[in-house]
Formats: sequence, structure tokens, C-alpha cells
Amino acid sequence: MHIAEGFLPPAHAVAWTVAAAPFVVHGARQVIKLSKEKPEARLLLAAAGAFTFVLSAIKLPSVTGSSSHATGTGIGAILFRPPVMAFLATIVLIFQAVLLAHGGLTTLGANVFAMGIVGPWTAYATFRGLRGVRVGETAAIFVAVALANIATYATTSVQLALAFPDPASGFLGAFAKFAGLFAVTQVPLAITEGILAVLLFRALARIATRELNVLGFGRPASKESSHV
Amino acid sequence: MSEITTERQKTGRSLFAPLALVVALIALWVIPMLVAPRVGEEHFVGTDAQATEMVEDTGYQPWFAPVFSPSGEVESGLFALQAALGASVLFYVIGYFHGRSRTERALGRTSSEDD
Repeated sequence: MHIAEGFLPPAHAVAWTVAAAPFVVHGARQVIKLSKEKPEARLLLAAAGAFTFVLSAIKLPSVTGSSSHATGTGIGAILFRPPVMAFLATIVLIFQAVLLAHGGLTTLGANVFAMGIVGPWTAYATFRGLRGVRVGETAAIFVAVALANIATYATTSVQLALAFPDPASGFLGAFAKFAGLFAVTQVPLAITEGILAVLLFRALARIATRELNVLGFGRPASKESSHV
Repeated sequence: MSEITTERQKTGRSLFAPLALVVALIALWVIPMLVAPRVGEEHFVGTDAQATEMVEDTGYQPWFAPVFSPSGEVESGLFALQAALGASVLFYVIGYFHGRSRTERALGRTSSEDD
């Protein structure tokens, strides 16, 4: 999902940057607010950021003979709400754009929009929706995180198709072309990411029960007594 | 089935699920290695790079170059560094919580809030 440096025309690059910027600023504020209001969640927040750092560093092989990335943003979005991940994903993408020539500064806005905004919101909405119809926590996390990964790459396909519509078949033709490139490769990787997220959540549920309760997970807190 | 084994069943079940998940992870990594077709010269080309090629095929020229382009060898090292930084923070936090929950269990879990 990293669109390479210089690979979006200037107008598109600017438009995606303008679109992503408010989410990132809001996300940065949320990170500060969260660590002030719920200091016990700080370590978990660090873990969520670190999880994204690890996963987006690793290219995973897929059955198509291509390799691609997990994003790692889904689980953090479920735990801390999506704005926080817009900020964390931006840090990861800047690191990769500056040090690894992976992605780019001109395409940062578009890449943040895919990995830091659409992916996390997909995870969060899916998780809430599934929990609303009483799907178990673990199963909901798996589906939500896997879908977030797919949604990230679908967004990249839209971005590329908008910038490079097919001369004959237009936007839709180009979207089919780019999405076709990503889709099949991405399915097993989305499953991998879903499993990793479930393993992480299960581990945290056992050893950081209190912190997850503060964030509203695990055993439903039986009518919270007065918070000081 | 019977009520006598509930305790053992519980621990058995709590180990079975993560183990099955880890096996699934390994399978998801190994199976591509065995069955994936070779695409051109290189094996497992990144889809990002393939997308870039598709764009270049339309005749598009990138208008901005990366500020810093490490060579292949250096790049893999920097990717490893990124993963190592993330993993160290992640496992520091997991280790911290793990130690804390063990200590609490050993102390018989006091109900009072600790600092």
C-alpha cells in the first residue's frame, strides 16, 4: 500500500495530504488526551504503536508469488479508537519514507489516508458492528483486523485508479487492474494479521486485564464505582 | 462430558487455541514458499513495486525522488532495525505486564489499588 515517492501527480498528492492532515492532527491530540486521562493505558498505547512498527517492517510472502505488507493498525484502532492510529501510522510512514525510500513524502498523505485512516476506521466499525450482534470478542477482532488490512489496499487501488485511469475503461478499469494486483496477494496476509492480532489480544487479556478494563474490554465492568 | 475433568479441560483448552493459531501462522508463511508460482526473475516481488511498474507502463514519470535511497543491503538492515525497535518496545510491555501479573498472583492478589 505504499505508493512510491513521486508516483502521484502533484494535484493528487496535495489533495490527499489536505484530506489526511486533519485526521492526523486530531489523532495527535487524542494521543495526548488519552495519556493524560488514562495514564494506565500508556504502556498499552506504546505496545500498539510498536505492533504497527513491527508488522509494517515485514514483507510477507503470499500464494500469488508476490509479497506484501501487513499494516498492524487494526488492533490499535479497536483498543484506542481510530484517531490514535492515524497519528501512529503517520510516524511509521515518515520513518519508512525518510530512511527506507519506501513510500514517500509526496505520497505521505495518500498512504496515511489508506493505512492510518481507512484501515483503522474499518477495523473499529467492523468490531463495533460485530459486537453489537453479540459476536465474541476474539472472533470480532479477527474479522475486523483482516478487513482493515484489505480495506487499506482497496484504498490504495482507488488512489492509483483516480490518478491513472485507464485510457479505454476509465477509473473502473484501472481500479479493477490495481485491485486485482493487490487483492489475491492480500487475502492470506489479512488472515495472518488477524491471527497475530488475536494472539496479542489474548495475551494482553490475561496479563493486562486491568488496563483493558479501563479501555472497556474484557469482563464488562459491573457498574463502575466512582472514579476519582 | 464429565464434570471431574473441568479444571484440566480449561487449561487444555486455553493452550490449544493459541497453539492452533501459531500453527496456522506458520502454515500461512510456509505454504506460499512451496506453491507460489515464480513471477519473472525474482521470487516474491513486492506488490508495491509491481504497482509502481504498472504506473510506469502508462508512461508516467515520477516528479519527485526519495530524499535518501539506501542500497539494497543497507535497506534490509534498516527494515530489520525498524522491526527490532518495534519488537523491543512490544515485548518490553508484554514482559512488564507478565511480571506484574505473576507477582500479583504470588501475593494472592490484594484488592487494593497499587501505584
